[in-house]
Amino acid sequence: MTPHEDHDDHHHDHHGHDHHHHDGHGHAPHPAREDDDVELTYEEARFLALKAMLVETGLITADEVMRRLAVNDLGSPHQGARMVARAWLDPAFKERMLANPKAAARELDIAVTEAELMVIENTPETHNLVVCTLCSCYPRSLLGEPPAWYVSKAYRSRAVREPRKVLREFGMDVPDSVEVRVHDSNADLRYMIMPLRPPGTEGMSEEQLVALISRDSLVGAAPLSAS
Amino acid sequence: MSPEVSRFQLGERVRILDLGKPGHVRTPLYIRNKIGVIDHVCGDFESPEERAYGRLNGPRIPLYRVRIMQHEIWPDYAGPKQDSLVIEIYSHWLQRA
Repeated sequence: MTPHEDHDDHHHDHHGHDHHHHDGHGHAPHPAREDDDVELTYEEARFLALKAMLVETGLITADEVMRRLAVNDLGSPHQGARMVARAWLDPAFKERMLANPKAAARELDIAVTEAELMVIENTPETHNLVVCTLCSCYPRSLLGEPPAWYVSKAYRSRAVREPRKVLREFGMDVPDSVEVRVHDSNADLRYMIMPLRPPGTEGMSEEQLVALISRDSLVGAAPLSAS
Repeated sequence: MSPEVSRFQLGERVRILDLGKPGHVRTPLYIRNKIGVIDHVCGDFESPEERAYGRLNGPRIPLYRVRIMQHEIWPDYAGPKQDSLVIEIYSHWLQRA
């Protein structure tokens, strides 16, 4: 774990943050607490042992771990919603965001930890949906920790196989005239969806718009409405 | 890793290979042997197939986003014909089609 911008990562390091919560015990960001009287899972025990060894041998310091956890905790769907609301209101910002999402995030003082980010815009012709079929890749600095459904095997397998049925279960009936485009976040990029601005939001302030934008809509999994 | 690196152009038709390679590969089974089109040239990245085993700072290889029609992936796909999927594939898993 390095304090500088790294590959996230989830694919390569398998640090304790990203294990899949097989056991339903899945409290996300912090792996285990002293007063947690639930027995540690195998993965949690392994994570704690590994961390202790890395600190003991001086390869990392406990301070570095704490600093990285603090950075991780800054990620929340509020950050992604801020970007989208600004993009709805400011076409020049939107262009910059689509061209270089990391630079656009920095304009809003968002600390980006991902190596590569991509923002994909929904249009009247194309609805976009993100899934990581291989694990749980997610743009954490913009959206926080992924929800349980995103890392579930059911979502990871069904989103690529029957995306329209999955979307209907999320309350979204995409007309047959619209393309559903699924993005498998399987390698180095992390994706956020820019939802369509819902009708009836004309004249709303940036703060009001931010409050409308749900986490799931930033993954492409939920519709937005003005209320 | 093979020294020769294939480069592809936007819009080029490609087949996603099944290299049968064990280890930390990022090409899921469901997409192997499917034909799609280069949708985005992502740049060059260190191979996760090396990084996963601690071999850092190796050569960077091109990564592409490949767009494949859902009906190509799943012959019995239930949705309309314009539905598609985009996935990141490293160049050594691609071949011109």
